[in-house]
Amino acid sequence: MSEQTTSTAAPVSTSGGGADLHIVDVTKRFGSFKAVDDLTLTIPAGSFFALLGPSGCGKTTTLRMVAGLEEPSAGRIVIGNEDVTHKKPYKRPVNTVFQSYALFPHLDIFENVAFGLRRSGSKDVRNEVEAMLELVELSTYARRKPTQLSGGQQQRVAVARALINKPEVLLLDEPLGALDLKLRRQMQIELKRIQTDVGITFVHVTHDQEEAMTMADTIAVMNAGQVEQMGAPMELYENPVTTFVANFLGQSNLIKGELTGKTGGDASLLVQGQRMAMPTARVHSERDEVWVGVRPEKMQISRAGTAVEGENSMAGVVTDASYIGVSTQYLVKLPWGQEVSIFSQNLSTEGPLGAGEDVVLHWNPAHTFALDASQDADAGAEKVEGDE
Amino acid sequence: MSAAPAPGAAAPADDVARSVGTKAWTPYALLSPGMLWLAIFFLIPTVMLARMSLSSGSAFAGDGTFTFSVKSLQWGNYGDAISKYVIDSPIFQKSLIYALIATVLCLAIAYPLAYTIAFKAGRWRNLLLVLVIAPFFTSFLLRTTAWSTILSDSSVVVQFMESTGMLNVLHAINTPDSWPTWTQIFPDGLTGENRVLQTPLAVILGITYNFLPFMTLPLFASLERIDIRLIEAATDLYSSAFTAFRKVTFPLSLPGVVAGTLLTFIPAAGDPVNAALLGAANDSLMGNAIDAQFKATGNYPLAASLSVMLMVVIVTMVALYVRRAGTEELV
Ligand SMILES: Nc1ncnc2c1ncn2[C@@H]1O[C@H](COP(=O)(O)OP(=O)(O)OP(=O)(O)O)[C@@H](O)[C@H]1O
Ligand SMILES: [Mg+2]
Repeated sequence: MSEQTTSTAAPVSTSGGGADLHIVDVTKRFGSFKAVDDLTLTIPAGSFFALLGPSGCGKTTTLRMVAGLEEPSAGRIVIGNEDVTHKKPYKRPVNTVFQSYALFPHLDIFENVAFGLRRSGSKDVRNEVEAMLELVELSTYARRKPTQLSGGQQQRVAVARALINKPEVLLLDEPLGALDLKLRRQMQIELKRIQTDVGITFVHVTHDQEEAMTMADTIAVMNAGQVEQMGAPMELYENPVTTFVANFLGQSNLIKGELTGKTGGDASLLVQGQRMAMPTARVHSERDEVWVGVRPEKMQISRAGTAVEGENSMAGVVTDASYIGVSTQYLVKLPWGQEVSIFSQNLSTEGPLGAGEDVVLHWNPAHTFALDASQDADAGAEKVEGDE
Repeated sequence: MSAAPAPGAAAPADDVARSVGTKAWTPYALLSPGMLWLAIFFLIPTVMLARMSLSSGSAFAGDGTFTFSVKSLQWGNYGDAISKYVIDSPIFQKSLIYALIATVLCLAIAYPLAYTIAFKAGRWRNLLLVLVIAPFFTSFLLRTTAWSTILSDSSVVVQFMESTGMLNVLHAINTPDSWPTWTQIFPDGLTGENRVLQTPLAVILGITYNFLPFMTLPLFASLERIDIRLIEAATDLYSSAFTAFRKVTFPLSLPGVVAGTLLTFIPAAGDPVNAALLGAANDSLMGNAIDAQFKATGNYPLAASLSVMLMVVIVTMVALYVRRAGTEELV
């Protein structure tokens, strides 16, 4: 229904359906532990919104509060213009695709999908269910029991069962978590297609950053019950505002530096005695002590002595080079002992640089970002290597 | 003991590997003790019982022996059993109906109990489970006798039932005199005008009490297995708490309901103790009738044919019931 380009721009509001979802100052305590800590989010109608964060950061808890399965300790939840904070789950215009699917084992696929329609007293259950099964390509399985389906098929039933009720907001709690990589990629495309077709607001929880980036219009990165940063995938990746986001979404090289001045749109930096420049708009620090960040693929690596004009640069020694076809991953040791990583496209005809070679690293100042140095430089980092 | 057995241990491990190869035998090997037990203590006695039910003779009359001949099968024993215990006095029907009522009462009491223990008890769960089976630590006879005190005419319970008019209502529930003899299950009402002990209700309550754990435990087992997320999914799909129960929780607990009702109904239908201790002297059930024919009269063939009859009817009822319940989407 909506014209959706492969946009990474601001979420597209569609006339297709769905309603804005506002989570306002919501806190959820379990005993003295805050699973969700003063969370505020606005999710525009019709958008595909991803809630991305490491295990235990409060994603499921947030969804459960929106669905009404958990009551917030404080704050409000508003769908469209209606405050639903204290409404029973069955009175909310919201449906959930559960992390474990939670299909009813005693009912066949048809009845699973028809469940919500039968409760809300729909007139034309039969045709609607058949149309929905058609959409998720499960028509031939209507009379099977959930246990007789594969994981991917069960997942589609779970989506169909929620979607058929045409909720204002569809909540998806890691719906693809149990699937293998190939099937997951396939389902991501399928889910995205369905969302574009029906135009309902999707809130998709995941801890797979690639999944969030490929599917969502807008991503909120959560950590320890709070939103670290929210925005379009490209914005989050190119211009992270915290070390957690810089490390959790892809990788980042963070080097200690000092902000020495701002003139107009440009800021100047001093990094281990070396002057560098960057756009002021990419400085996310109140203090002068900063982490100077550059993504590994934004850094270029050249033999020592290569002239680099108008770019930020620093010298180093290659400690490791792994050739992986499409690119070569280098580890380069900087004079003060820190190691940075560089993903370099294999454009030269001479083959990769070897370990022990003196090199110069350089990058476009516009690719530099600066983060408050009081943060842990490794926040969110383990996840990138550990997962997937 | 630590290092020495190591080389030796390799040999049994090899044996295990080999026996896995011939695993076609494993199920039979595992089944055989149970099969042997069933053969000795169930199959053979059942055949002997059936044979006795078609024999003639008496333990106390003549030379005290029984004759069984394939040429003259004593089907008359069954005729006697039916005319005495079905037509002249409806003891057979009464046993089944008392057991049925007790089973329904058990279900009505045990379901909320098991539900609470499974879903709402939190850290009290284990304690409550222990309490459910705690009565087993005292003798069955003793506990049943205790009920004759609880239900005695001067007891608080009976006084309360009397003063609230409950007894009048229960007394009024009877099988009208105009009905034929074989339907006279409660000729004098479910209770007396001002007493409970030695009335049908006392027997039914006794059975209900005694078999309650047999209903509660299977119900608990099947309720406890239910994934809470299924119930959440139901509420997410526009079910109120009650609808979620009706459409999800209850259907998923059906295996427990079936197991519980069978474990209650089958033994209840043949139980002699509750009728003997709590019922009126003339108000005996099948268990008592069989007991009397064996011990008092020595009419083993009649007693045996009563047993066979009861068994056949129960097995038929159970088979129909399980089939019916089986079509209701057992998981
Ligand atoms: N019912 C509960 N009682 C106590 N603590 C809870 C409860 N539910 C969740 N928590 C805690 O709240 C935190 C957030 O849990 P939540 O399930 O929202 O995490 P999540 O982000 O969905 O993680 P995952 O990616 O592993 O699913 C966790 O530390 C968890 O232990
Ligand atoms: Mg979760």
